[in-house]
Amino acid sequence: MAEATTTAMDQAKAGAASRRQMLTEFWFYFSENKGAVIGLVVFVFLVVLALLAHVIAPHDPNAQFRDAVLVPPFWQDGGRAAFLLGTDQVGRDMLSRLLFGAQYSLFIGVVVTTLALTGGIFVGVIAGYFRGWVDTVIMRLMDIILAFPSLLLALVLVAVLGPGLMNAMIAIALVLQPHFVRLTRAAVMTEKGKDYVVAARVAGAKPLRLMFRTILPNCMAPLIVQATLSFSTAILDAAALGFLGMGAQPPTPEWGTMLAEAREFILRAWWVVTLPGVAILVTVLAINLMGDGLRDALDPKLKRS
Amino acid sequence: MSEIVVEGRNIVRDYRIGGGLFAKERVVHAVKGVSFKVDKGKTLAIVGESGCGKSTLARIITMIDAQTDGELLIDGAPVDIRTQSMTPEMRRKVQIVFQNPYGSLNPRQKIGDVLGEPLLVNTGMPAAERRDRAMQMLLKVGLAPEHFNRYPHMFSGGQRQRIAIARALMLNPRLLVLDEPVSALDLSVQAQVLNLLADLQDEFELTYVFISHDLSVVKYIADDVMVMYFGEAVEYGSRDAVFADPKHDYTRTLFAATPRADVESIRQRLAKKAA
Amino acid sequence: MPLLTIENLVVEFATATGPFRAVDGISLTVDEREVLAIVGESGSGKSVSMLAVMGLLPWTAKVTADRMEFEGLDILNMSEADRRKLIGKDIAMIFQEPMSSLNPCFTVGFQIEEVLRFHLGLDRKARRRRAVELLRDVGIPDPEQRLSSFPHQMSGGQCQRVMIAMALACNPKLLIADEPTTALDVTIQKQILDLLMSLQTEHGMGLIMITHNMGVVAETADRVIVQYKGRKMEEADVLSLFENPKSNYTKALLSALPERATGDRLPTIASFMEGFEPAGDVR
Repeated sequence: MAEATTTAMDQAKAGAASRRQMLTEFWFYFSENKGAVIGLVVFVFLVVLALLAHVIAPHDPNAQFRDAVLVPPFWQDGGRAAFLLGTDQVGRDMLSRLLFGAQYSLFIGVVVTTLALTGGIFVGVIAGYFRGWVDTVIMRLMDIILAFPSLLLALVLVAVLGPGLMNAMIAIALVLQPHFVRLTRAAVMTEKGKDYVVAARVAGAKPLRLMFRTILPNCMAPLIVQATLSFSTAILDAAALGFLGMGAQPPTPEWGTMLAEAREFILRAWWVVTLPGVAILVTVLAINLMGDGLRDALDPKLKRS
Repeated sequence: MSEIVVEGRNIVRDYRIGGGLFAKERVVHAVKGVSFKVDKGKTLAIVGESGCGKSTLARIITMIDAQTDGELLIDGAPVDIRTQSMTPEMRRKVQIVFQNPYGSLNPRQKIGDVLGEPLLVNTGMPAAERRDRAMQMLLKVGLAPEHFNRYPHMFSGGQRQRIAIARALMLNPRLLVLDEPVSALDLSVQAQVLNLLADLQDEFELTYVFISHDLSVVKYIADDVMVMYFGEAVEYGSRDAVFADPKHDYTRTLFAATPRADVESIRQRLAKKAA
Repeated sequence: MPLLTIENLVVEFATATGPFRAVDGISLTVDEREVLAIVGESGSGKSVSMLAVMGLLPWTAKVTADRMEFEGLDILNMSEADRRKLIGKDIAMIFQEPMSSLNPCFTVGFQIEEVLRFHLGLDRKARRRRAVELLRDVGIPDPEQRLSSFPHQMSGGQCQRVMIAMALACNPKLLIADEPTTALDVTIQKQILDLLMSLQTEHGMGLIMITHNMGVVAETADRVIVQYKGRKMEEADVLSLFENPKSNYTKALLSALPERATGDRLPTIASFMEGFEPAGDVR
């Protein structure tokens, strides 16, 4: 009895050790890429800001200070310490709105990527595993989606579904999904011919188990990379839809919507346009850098053996 | 009276290539009417060079692919996966070990799960018992209990091949198809794996179909030898008969091409060079 | 003077888990007209040491040696430009995978002529003539036609012949063959080995044959170096190595050959190599 417990504990320890070793190795390759580390730091910082928005934000993002319309940032003449990054055309605090906007952007990224990833993986695995006419039908459908300029298609979808953040997210997820389908299908097709899959078949595994338990985990590396990159595309597309008035509706402090509202003040008050723009830029850049690093760390082809 | 575990009668396998929009369909005959019989506890070695159809035959015997024509009998019962659906009982009888130890294990599966999977999908065995059986088999093939929770990439080629053999044995098969099991291994590891296979054959009375291109290995392990050339069995007989007196030209070419590592041949070569 | 002299070669790789010593103090010489076989199993550092000579190792590798000379020229501290002039001309190499060693995008003729243009600066006509001649030398039938074939249109054995033709293009003084027949069938292996040996005598080249196959060693080598985990275990002429191996490792290798089996089980290396400390991790 005591012996059995010790072996079980040893095994648990060995498992933990192997996971730790894999993590160390992952970190070694990831940290080779300095840009990726910077991207990661910025991204983590953004996540923390978004999570703590309620605590850090000096004001309610929708509170209008009628006595403080278009106040410039504090370092400029006429700036006030109460509004560190100034206020917009109806006297809302820019800093607070940007912080809450980060929440929206990350939320959009997470939801859209999850939707596109799960849908894309499911469809892609089916296409790659069964091939034949199933594959043909699915892939031609995806080709049709890819043939549209993505933003245009998203616009059409939103026009059909009606404007709003939720519908915008669904539309973007639909537009991004073919990329996942293609990647998954390609990966499944390469993995499917490998000996370990045949061995599992000989052992008696059924198609469903082969698809999702045996093959899929080995296809995840490129998908994770694509997911990070889609994360930034989603934020960007959502901002674009917001800017066109088809995404989040005012007064939601979504960065793209903020840009749209502030369009007419470009010449008078640079901060109302520049700051949301910079926020989008920094977020997207950070995520893309991180995605590059992930690819370096996860893609075995680039790994030096 | 010996018991025949696997028998092939005139097995044929054709592949259709092309037949798309622009290309005419072509039929490639990968296996052209091959017959064989293996008794319980014996080893049949199938020898040939790349493209001779030996791996295709291995896949047919393992019931991965169907034959185009001919009969395959396992334990006397005819098997045709084109018309019958595979039952777990049929699955259990024949298992396979592949050549490449790096591709035949799922990189995301721990060794314990690799070994437990055949039991999980074929039997309703409780988890604890599966675990015990997997652990026993791990020890049987010469690995240690601490290997149970490791991933395949932490093992050497020889160790992985041991794991692949252990997985194949989990369902107590009657017949083990070994598709070039030692070709990718270093010489010393090859010796260990061959020894392991011999030990397991003695212990479980296993029947082997051993696919190889290496004549020295075949000579060491086989009871019967079949030489394949372009899909045909050009030579089939007991090991001693085939090695002592090859009938077909191709077999003789094959024997002549195999490098010799004995002192006498080296002496002869050096003498020829000096002359 | 020997063709190639290496003294105390050490190659280390930087890896995620710290430096790894793949080659640990290998010394060797190759004379003109000599066939030297380097034998070892995977991880013995046999390929790495020759790649170091060719300067083909990735940047993570650190190469040091007391001496590394080719015909008296120091190739360790040679400039990149000088090395490029030497490699492929006086020292040539062929690899294990003939299919992937040739560029699939270009015809065989183009790839041979490229070598001739770069190293010898021949004009177009002379290049073509020489390419045909080379293909004929390595026993490819119908060489004029074959020049315009792409690698995927040829078999593995033929690709390896083309690789040999490319290596011989500039009449090298030393040819390094890294497992040249491992990916090939036995009958093709025999042809390629015969070809290599006849070309070696004909051109009077030095030949380094890297292999794990004791049979190949027995059929080709004059002198043999046995390596294990980055270290040299034994060096001997081929006959005495097979007749009377000195080191435990060589004994183990030879007795693990199935054709030398005496009992019904093969002896294994582990029983011979107890207590051996591999180079491996230097930490």
